[in-house]
Amino acid sequence: MGIGVVALIGGYLTDGTEHHQRWWANLLVNGFFWFSISLAALFFYALNYAVEAAWSAILKRVWEAIFKFLPIGAGVMLFILLAGQFHAHHLYHWMDSSLYHEYMVVEGEHVNYVDTMEAGAVANPNYDHLIAHKGAYFAPAFYWFRTIAYIATFLIFATLFRRWSLQEDAQPSLDLHYKQFRRSALFLVFFAVFSSTLSWDWLMSIDTHWFSTLYGWYVFSGMWVSLLIFANVLLIWLRSKGYFAEVNESHMHDISKWMFAISMLWSYLWVSQFLLIWYSNIPEEVTYYTQRFFTDYKWPFIITFFVNFAVPFYMLVARDAKRNVKFVLPVAFLIFVGHFADVYLMVIPGTMFDHNVFGLFEVGLFLGFLGLFINRVLTALSKAPLIPVNHPMLQESKDLHH
Amino acid sequence: MQREAAIREPLILGNKSYKDITDDVVGPIQGPAPIGWKIMITISAIIAVYGVGSILYLLGTGIGVWGLNKTVGWSWDITNFVWWVGIGHAGTLISAVLLLFRQKWRMAINRSAEAMTIFAVIMAATFPGIHMGRIWVSYWVLPLPNQFGSLWVNFNSPLLWDVFAISTYFSVSLVFWYIGLIPDFATIRDRMVKPLPKKIYGILAFGWSGRAKHWTRFEEVSLVLAGIATPLVFSVHSIVSMDFATSVIPGWHTTIFPPYFVSGAVFSGFAMVQTLLLIMRKGMKLENYIHVKHVEYMNIVIIVTGSIVGVAYLTELFISWYSGVEYESYAFINRFSGPYSWSYWIMMTCNVISPQLFWFKKIRRSLIATFILSIVVNIGMWFERYVIIVTSIHRDYNPSSWGEFHPSSMDLGIFIGTLGIFFTLFLGFARFFPVLALNELKTILKSSGEAYKKQHDNH
Repeated sequence: MGIGVVALIGGYLTDGTEHHQRWWANLLVNGFFWFSISLAALFFYALNYAVEAAWSAILKRVWEAIFKFLPIGAGVMLFILLAGQFHAHHLYHWMDSSLYHEYMVVEGEHVNYVDTMEAGAVANPNYDHLIAHKGAYFAPAFYWFRTIAYIATFLIFATLFRRWSLQEDAQPSLDLHYKQFRRSALFLVFFAVFSSTLSWDWLMSIDTHWFSTLYGWYVFSGMWVSLLIFANVLLIWLRSKGYFAEVNESHMHDISKWMFAISMLWSYLWVSQFLLIWYSNIPEEVTYYTQRFFTDYKWPFIITFFVNFAVPFYMLVARDAKRNVKFVLPVAFLIFVGHFADVYLMVIPGTMFDHNVFGLFEVGLFLGFLGLFINRVLTALSKAPLIPVNHPMLQESKDLHH
Repeated sequence: MQREAAIREPLILGNKSYKDITDDVVGPIQGPAPIGWKIMITISAIIAVYGVGSILYLLGTGIGVWGLNKTVGWSWDITNFVWWVGIGHAGTLISAVLLLFRQKWRMAINRSAEAMTIFAVIMAATFPGIHMGRIWVSYWVLPLPNQFGSLWVNFNSPLLWDVFAISTYFSVSLVFWYIGLIPDFATIRDRMVKPLPKKIYGILAFGWSGRAKHWTRFEEVSLVLAGIATPLVFSVHSIVSMDFATSVIPGWHTTIFPPYFVSGAVFSGFAMVQTLLLIMRKGMKLENYIHVKHVEYMNIVIIVTGSIVGVAYLTELFISWYSGVEYESYAFINRFSGPYSWSYWIMMTCNVISPQLFWFKKIRRSLIATFILSIVVNIGMWFERYVIIVTSIHRDYNPSSWGEFHPSSMDLGIFIGTLGIFFTLFLGFARFFPVLALNELKTILKSSGEAYKKQHDNH
């Protein structure tokens, strides 16, 4: 955490780029990455309830602790978006209001943008008809309505889930269990829509001209796998310290299976998006990849894909490997960095273009957020019993053996 | 033994013993054919013969007998192909993915779902086959050595990937299905009295003896095949979607196609499983094994996959506007307001709105409602492919060549015919094959049988 604070302040002061673009861009990378892990925890918690999974009942405090980070993650995101709205940075090109009007009237120092060719108006050189076309979607009122709706929904569900979960500890109640089951299904409905739209609003819109229908699901698979990696490592560490004694090899095997499976899902979606755009090669879409393949981002971009796909595939495909810490840990560390790099490569090429710098600041900021995240998660974990004693499927979960 | 949580509903109702399970499954095979079955197979066979006749006529005359024209060069042929492949998805999902997820309720339905898969894939494969026009040179789609001439397949073409994807999928599904059948065939063999059936089932059972070693190998092979089959669930329909999505046709080219086709396939597959099983459980008196809870689980899969498909439809629609690409937005405006808007709204109603009824517990546990909705979904998913294929190409870049598609009697005959062939095959399966994985079911009797669960709870 200390490193993070130093990097944060030092980075801001030494960032010579215009409007501290580098500082803001990296803040967005970290803000989104860590926010999305905690959001994925909320999703996974709801998913396990909705499908009546028993094996993970014993682990539910882990997801809870991770989604307790949501308010902080959401705060960082809000801070970045607000700053953008007040033009403190130019991460989102579409936030520039001069793009939307075809003409302008210049009166001395002051420029008045207008939509029609009125007296004294000249063509607006900033006018961008593609972005102007999206004007209705990016109208500040609508944009902020969406952003607040996402965050409010997530925070409400997170608060309620946690409250009911703790209530169940005090008082066994099947009604409460079924209530969580139903509310989880409801949350998944919201999540299904919001996970896509928020990734358009917060990430895809950086490359404002570009679009891809698959983008939302691709971002979703990335956050899901990052969560599973984090949870897996956290559990390995906690178990080595003697906590979660009742979590056995089979549970660890299952979570590694999930990590493996969602890594493959991510790779599948990566390939689907890339292959279709590359194959058709139409200028509307292919820009996204030319910006990543024919620039300095080329090798990071290619390596990120191969690390995130090939490393878990070859290392963890065997059953015994998934149960062996010596295999799981190195893979987990590698692909965790890999998925961070994935978010990094969604944000940076469209914000830093070919002036990107990667230095101590980037490393420091990542470590800082990592420290903060671990600190919040462990604090949340210590606030409630590790085992949800009255979960009706607890016994089945403890008996897990395969 | 792992003790199942008390709040789970039992999967096998009634006070069944191991012997009862065998009796319930093998009994219908040993007994005489019921009259209902005879009626159904007669009707199906007549339709099947009509279908075969239509196909032969097509092969003899050429694909000009279809209603295709210069603008709409792909229509019912590919619609039917994609529809059947989609239906063929549920079987492998149930047997492979649900096996990996340790979903025990799959044991009541996996056998017939897998059979359905295999028959559906056969029906699907028929369409590209006859679509070639010259089916006698269909082996040209394989990358054969050049002794056959100077032809070499085009590896860049997603149509060729389809050949590989479908044939792989078919072989793995078939092996998976057959491996599962072996112990059950052995059970039937041991039950049969007449020498000829005993001999036949004996051959089919591959000398299964039920030794522990056989069971170990059986389980290992099942797991390995499940591991191989799971990526296939994704690959087949992803590649089918790429037949369209790799092109630059507005309405076809969109990146969400692969996962959304996979989800749609599972959706339609489960609908067809419901249609078939709801009749089968009644006709063969399997109500204790395939009961309301199983139907409910499948309906939940239908809500989830249907909603994923719904989100994908809306995403496509939104992005077509958001993109600012004129052709892209027109393709979608034309879809919902052009000459084929009726098919778009059928698709939306059947696939997105109707499955939402399953949010009501009453409806998703009602067998009649499920049966009706399953047919609605089948219709909707057929129209989905029709909408994607026909509406995207019937108005191309040049308005003077705009046209519409009108199906001919051969389009209709072949489509109805494949339904007949499919049902004939399925009815044959229901008569002569063990329709439940009886030996697998026995493994969950003590943990999930109703009578046993009651005993556990009293302790």
